[in-house]
Amino acid sequence: MLALQILIDGFAISALYALGATGFTLIFGVSGVLNLSHGAIMVAAAVAAWAAASVFQLDSYSGALVGVAIAALLSLLTYFTVVQPIQRSNKIPNEEKEIFVLTATLLWGIMIQEAIAYFFTNNAKTVLPIIEGVVRIAGIRTPANTLFTAAVCCLVIALLWVLVNRTRTGKVVLAASMNPRGVTILGFELTNVYIVVWIIYGVLAGIAGVLLGMFLGVSSYSVGPLTASAFSIVVLGGLGSVSGSLIAAFVVGYLETFTAYMISPAYRSIPALLLLVIVMYIRPQGLLGRR
Amino acid sequence: MTSFFKSPLFGISLILVIIAATLPWYVSGYILGLLTVAYYFGVFAMSWDLLFGFAGEVNFGPTFLIGTGAYTAGILNNHYGLPMYPCIALGAVAAVIAGFVLALPALRVRGPYFGLTTLVAVLILQSFIVVFADLTGGEIGLTIPDVLSIDAGVNYWIALGFMVISAAILFGLSQSPVGLVLQASGQDPVQAGALGFNIVKHKLAAFIVSAFFSGLSGALLVFYFGTASVGTVVDIAVGVQVIVAAVLGGRRTVLGAALGAIFLIVAGEFLRPTGELATFIVSAVALVVILFFPGGFLGSVLSREARS
Repeated sequence: MLALQILIDGFAISALYALGATGFTLIFGVSGVLNLSHGAIMVAAAVAAWAAASVFQLDSYSGALVGVAIAALLSLLTYFTVVQPIQRSNKIPNEEKEIFVLTATLLWGIMIQEAIAYFFTNNAKTVLPIIEGVVRIAGIRTPANTLFTAAVCCLVIALLWVLVNRTRTGKVVLAASMNPRGVTILGFELTNVYIVVWIIYGVLAGIAGVLLGMFLGVSSYSVGPLTASAFSIVVLGGLGSVSGSLIAAFVVGYLETFTAYMISPAYRSIPALLLLVIVMYIRPQGLLGRR
Repeated sequence: MTSFFKSPLFGISLILVIIAATLPWYVSGYILGLLTVAYYFGVFAMSWDLLFGFAGEVNFGPTFLIGTGAYTAGILNNHYGLPMYPCIALGAVAAVIAGFVLALPALRVRGPYFGLTTLVAVLILQSFIVVFADLTGGEIGLTIPDVLSIDAGVNYWIALGFMVISAAILFGLSQSPVGLVLQASGQDPVQAGALGFNIVKHKLAAFIVSAFFSGLSGALLVFYFGTASVGTVVDIAVGVQVIVAAVLGGRRTVLGAALGAIFLIVAGEFLRPTGELATFIVSAVALVVILFFPGGFLGSVLSREARS
């Protein structure tokens, strides 16, 4: 019984983590940017979906769409106002750009977080589920929306795979992650590639945020933990490796769910953090990372 | 080093310190209290800058070192009734040990991986404080029976004196040959290693010095506050503030970090009437400085001096 419960809950949360982390690792793989405003963008998407449904009286589908659109917009804004100026700056030495991007996106995330807190208060918000009702799986009562969440996550990740591996745009993106200079020589504008990647990232983060808002609820306090969990999953899996992130997301998701059910919800995040430290020590490049 | 004593920077710092030292005679206790906290933050930011600006390691977990020092001192004082000064000393020792433990695995990795390891260290420390609430006071915080002083002026002078001494040591270290080796190994570890310098040893030393001052400052801060809580010495938000202060003041300047910290704390207080927007405005200002003046407050001044 309990095992099945852990299996179902763990799957949903892992799938959500996977979705959130995939976008994060994609950005890193293609443009070498670790976006520490990730959590803020996810929360912004969820809050936008919540506001669209409860303040502007939209139905839950349109609300979710509004949330995803806001995340995509914010993601583009992040690229143009924060990341691009640093990458193009000639005052910052190249070897320090990474650190500046980290600090700047961190500050940007705090700004988004504070703006959300100012306009929508710090209270936790739960986005209305798209599918109501409860399903019984082998005697376990499961909200239908949990299954929906897991299904959407898997579908979106599959779509992303098709997009990256089977379409022309995707192949350019893939090429840019391997050799940016080569892509420019072939006549592709690198900025356009980055714009595409940031939009994909925004959509992924937005979907993950809205689903998280339905599944657990979010508040502006979730920004830090969300960024930290995406960051740790991505590093655990190996920076820039999408399949590594997927594996890591499931490892972390199940480890957390298992701890929460078997030991205590208070210890939820500790084993995952310890695992991360151990992996850092033994295999600094992560599970499937390249150095 | 000797040229520093003749440089305008030294004169300006001296005048500023003298002015700061006379403040208790003519400003209110409220402002003194604010600046006292700002000075301890200044030490946090300076020790962070030693690691980042010179060793080139971005430490996302300054509060791991600060919190270890603060909580060790607080727990020893609260549960074991040790007198205050041994507590502070042991807090600094604990922070050094913590720094050593953190540095050993962390220095094997570089860049973002290093940042993550230090970030995780903070999260683990925070979880342990919450879980072992009997010992640490958990989320409510730990009450500390002893205080440094009940007089605002004395507290202020202790903080100022501590910051000035730390600044002198950290700045001296950063200008010394050791500081130059650190800077070299931060910018190009391979070449610095090829020149025969032991990079790991230098970085470890930087880590330990940084940990020592962070822990000492953290321990003093809890004895000033009379409490130790996650929100004041461990939370990631506190670490972010330290980082922002150092970058704002100008990385690789040490002294700028202290200026940045004082600016942040004072600006936060001035913006208090704007309520929840205060943090937003401070972050926005910091972001603008990072984007358009990456050298920070002191960066451009110092680089001009170095050229002359």
